Amino acid sequence: MIWNEKIECASRAEMDAIQSERLLQTVKRIYHSNESYRKKMQEKGLVPGDIKSISDISKLPFTIKSDLRDNYPFGMFTTPMSEIVRVHASSGTTGKPTVVGYTRNDLQMWAEVVTRSLAMAGVHKNDIVQVAYGYGLFTGGLGLHYGTENLGATVIPISGGNTDKQILLMQDFGTSVIACTPSYALYLAEVMKEMNVSPESLKMRIGIFGAEPWSENMRREIETKLKIKAIDIYGLSEVIGPGVSCECEYQCGMHVMEDHFIPEIINPETLEPVNPGEIGELVFSTVTKEGMPILRYRTRDLTRLIYDKCKCGRTLVRMEKCLGRTDDMLIIRGVNVFPSQIETVLLEISETEPHYLLIIDREGTLDVVNLMVEVQEQFFSDEIKQLETLRKKITDRIQSTLGISIRVKLVEPKTIERTAGKAKRVIDNRKI
Amino acid sequence: MIIKQVSVFLENKSGRLNEVTQILSDAGLNMSAFTIADTSDFGILRLIVSDPEKAKFLLKQNNFAVQITDVILVKSPNRPGGLAKMLNILNAENVFIEYMYAFSNSEETAVIVLRPTDLQKCMDILQNHRSEFLVNEGRYSF
Repeated sequence: MIWNEKIECASRAEMDAIQSERLLQTVKRIYHSNESYRKKMQEKGLVPGDIKSISDISKLPFTIKSDLRDNYPFGMFTTPMSEIVRVHASSGTTGKPTVVGYTRNDLQMWAEVVTRSLAMAGVHKNDIVQVAYGYGLFTGGLGLHYGTENLGATVIPISGGNTDKQILLMQDFGTSVIACTPSYALYLAEVMKEMNVSPESLKMRIGIFGAEPWSENMRREIETKLKIKAIDIYGLSEVIGPGVSCECEYQCGMHVMEDHFIPEIINPETLEPVNPGEIGELVFSTVTKEGMPILRYRTRDLTRLIYDKCKCGRTLVRMEKCLGRTDDMLIIRGVNVFPSQIETVLLEISETEPHYLLIIDREGTLDVVNLMVEVQEQFFSDEIKQLETLRKKITDRIQSTLGISIRVKLVEPKTIERTAGKAKRVIDNRKI
Repeated sequence: MIIKQVSVFLENKSGRLNEVTQILSDAGLNMSAFTIADTSDFGILRLIVSDPEKAKFLLKQNNFAVQITDVILVKSPNRPGGLAKMLNILNAENVFIEYMYAFSNSEETAVIVLRPTDLQKCMDILQNHRSEFLVNEGRYSF
């Protein structure tokens, strides 16, 4: 089913007109209501009148994650707080989260784009949708929740974790759709096997997976093990949350809700737009958001755009599965991790030096992180007890700062490679 | 008597122990005793060598994390109950032992390397039983 056929199947000319009109309004509003945006435009010698249509979008300044951090917590909002009805936040580089705010209309729009996504995936109102994304500051849980309600399907707001119960409810409630991270889907499959629950005995037919990168191989594995269709959903809190784009039943790229979020692909080095169809960094401008609109936000995700009409009948531009990232941000078990956070933790612990190596593997279906830290002369103790205490201290600090558990491994001095240039701090062995 | 023990941090990977012994061998340093305490990821090699300072210097040059620790060298009659008797004495005085290792070098005597939490207290107690337990300076050429 196509939820909003008028928009989702609009001609390119119609879409251009919608985008142009909305972009103009957004630029005007941002310029007059947010000082940091106005300054950035003034630095480029721009006034709102310079943006006449969608083709002028590349004149606008970029927004990057640190802009959100610099304006922490609410400095990026363009409406008074009395209009903001909800905030969400994601982890940032320095321990301070990136905060986003939504007006009532924003939440309605968000529900609409998630509803469209679910409809693309083949979900209908008779489905029972188990939302196993985390509920809370993370946008995954609540985003899927309200989209499902808006579609008219039944939502099971179980949130993440509690795997045995997830499986119990799948059996007893007749869950037909599961929404979670792809790695958690594989973990569910494993636990089901241990519990002797066969996927054939369940009513599950669709999975809505996102919040971390995953490959076509992983898709096949999930589809085989859980006997469902695995659909990729994309989103980021800075833009809205899940529902920025989503695959349809043909699984050939994610349809971008471009009447709300205008995508561009730029060369991350030159910052110039790439030729149509080329790979580059994905950039989004929101054109209907009220609480926190964002102009030309650099997602750091690498992909390409496909403008051909899809077999499903939709004309919404499609983006390919993301091929990687332009920065050093890692997504480990769905959590954003910057290697610099680890460096900060090590610097805070007086016994250690920030020589470290992060090795990420996927064991079974879960990401496993080993952190190698060099033992320095000054804190090498003759007693194992003290070395174990130090190891625990590092583990605990990282757990509380990053929110993920890692294994700390003490290694001999000078065994971690030093380079003159950018140090190689991360070895990611995950096959995505 | 109190002697200097050399402790070396070792990762659990093949060839590292070999490197340590080669470095000491090349420098003509003799080992009288050594032991390895191991965990799943790393180990601590503890050595009694003829010249601890030189050993430390050379190992550090080769990027090992090295530390010199004071330990007590004790002798014990090489017969059943020899060690038990000494440990009973220390236990009665509440001396805690972090680690120890031992070797026997003759029919009559065994030598024990002891690392108590409180080095001085342990030494004082042993002084009171010096004829039974304490190794005289110079008697063993460590």
